[in-house]
Amino acid sequence: MKIRAIAIITFKEAIRDRILYLLLFFAAVCIIFSRLLVLLTVGDRAKIITDVGLASLSVFGTLMAILIGTGLVYKEIDKRTIYTLLSKPIQRYQFLLGKYLGLLLTLFIMLALMTVIFLVLFLLHKYPIEGSIFIAILFIFVELCLITAVAILFSCFSTPILSTLFSLSFYLIGHVSWGLETLINKMPQGGIKTLARIIYILLPDLENFNFKTEVVHHLPIPPKIFFYSSLYGILYTVFILALAMMVFRRRDFI
Amino acid sequence: MDTVLRIEDLHKSFKTGFIPKGKKILNGISLEVKAGEIFGYLGPNGAGKTTTLKCVLGLIFPDKGNIEIFGQSNLSMQAKEKIGFLPENPYFYDYLSATEFLSFYSDLTLAKKEEKKAKIATLLKLVGLEHVASLQLRKFSRGMLQRIGLAQALINDPSLVFLDEPLGGLDPLGRKEIRDVIVRLKGEGKTVFLSSHILQDIEMICDRVAILVEGHIINQGPLQDLISEKVKVTEITISGMRPEDLRDLGEHYSAQGGRILLKVFEEEKIATILQMIQTKKGKVHSLIPRTETLEDLFVGAVKQK
Repeated sequence: MKIRAIAIITFKEAIRDRILYLLLFFAAVCIIFSRLLVLLTVGDRAKIITDVGLASLSVFGTLMAILIGTGLVYKEIDKRTIYTLLSKPIQRYQFLLGKYLGLLLTLFIMLALMTVIFLVLFLLHKYPIEGSIFIAILFIFVELCLITAVAILFSCFSTPILSTLFSLSFYLIGHVSWGLETLINKMPQGGIKTLARIIYILLPDLENFNFKTEVVHHLPIPPKIFFYSSLYGILYTVFILALAMMVFRRRDFI
Repeated sequence: MDTVLRIEDLHKSFKTGFIPKGKKILNGISLEVKAGEIFGYLGPNGAGKTTTLKCVLGLIFPDKGNIEIFGQSNLSMQAKEKIGFLPENPYFYDYLSATEFLSFYSDLTLAKKEEKKAKIATLLKLVGLEHVASLQLRKFSRGMLQRIGLAQALINDPSLVFLDEPLGGLDPLGRKEIRDVIVRLKGEGKTVFLSSHILQDIEMICDRVAILVEGHIINQGPLQDLISEKVKVTEITISGMRPEDLRDLGEHYSAQGGRILLKVFEEEKIATILQMIQTKKGKVHSLIPRTETLEDLFVGAVKQK
């Protein structure tokens, strides 16, 4: 009940943020822009729309999660609304979880809106809509759940600008860390290889949630991959949220 | 009387600067607040009043010390269910209407749905905001925000209410209204912890006070014990007399309309002065004995510190 109340108020606050609509507008522009790319392309035009559309969903969803997520907790502290909230019979973790779920609800609705724009474009071209597109979008949402947790973690102890930089770095590192795995496979056995493996385990690998290539090129996706990617996403998100709660639990609100 | 709030040896310091340097804000605060009283927590700006309140409410963690509310840890949910808090210069979600705002806070305290509506209406009436129930908070004046903040503090029907500078930023009428609400809370059996530096208000409504200076409590107790009943000075307003006639009787100041304000420091001289005025056909307009005020006590204590 308490978590729900905070989640609803967070949602009401987030949907008032102009940044959200600006990003939604740009996402719509990018998705529609894929129509122009189609005109310049020879070959399977549906692939271009799917590729650009899914990439737009992922990039703009991430920007929404980071730009709003990093300000959510900070704003409560800065504007001192947290004083009255935490003086009520509410645990700090409930507050943080409410904020997180409220933002996830906002992102879910925004992702749904972007998906509608994307699908309308598909229907206009009379291309068949494949079920695998929804799987790719579902994993974009799983990735957003993790990115939101990261944004909230940084927001617990840092300013919005620094939190945005940290969260963007997490996103970028997460999408290139798979290169490290390729490197590890080619390394000779030894201490450096072990060290590289430890670094790879510690770094996020957000490519686990990227099924765009499989969807665009109609490649089969083994069910085992779904399971492991979902598990990875859930465990990583829970870990980051637990970390955020630990930081928030002992924080002084000066 | 039962103790509802007990603070023992509370210490708090903050680290500031690029190379963190500890700054002590509270240096061993100890106090007790009894059930049903209005407790005034006095101190100049920067004395540590808000820091004490934040420690009590669990917003910051003390370096050392113990805080109990109704015999339980201040951080326990059971203790928090019995308290309400109005911060200084409150800021709230300004896109919500007064009713939506109180409804949100009501949800945080697990109020029953059917009771919620009636409770919100009663509170809006109590703080005089029933006519703006559906107005967004962004359109509220500072005084109105203070009042909705007070309503928020009372949403869970707390037994102990913490008010941090509740009368700051209010016009005289607004101050009187909030004072009346505070006195009414006491009438309902609630305990009020009032942190302020507006001495007149504290003097008017508080049963006991504690004076905080530089993180130390330098004086505390019932107001009547702290302030001496002895007359310090008697102010007499006289007309129809020449200032020369009043020489050596006390300090005299010319007031408007040929009136003279005479300040007499020795109480035993009063009868002689009145007799002299009568003899010389003068007229006494007013005679006010001034006892020690909280302000005298406060200023004296701060200066001593």
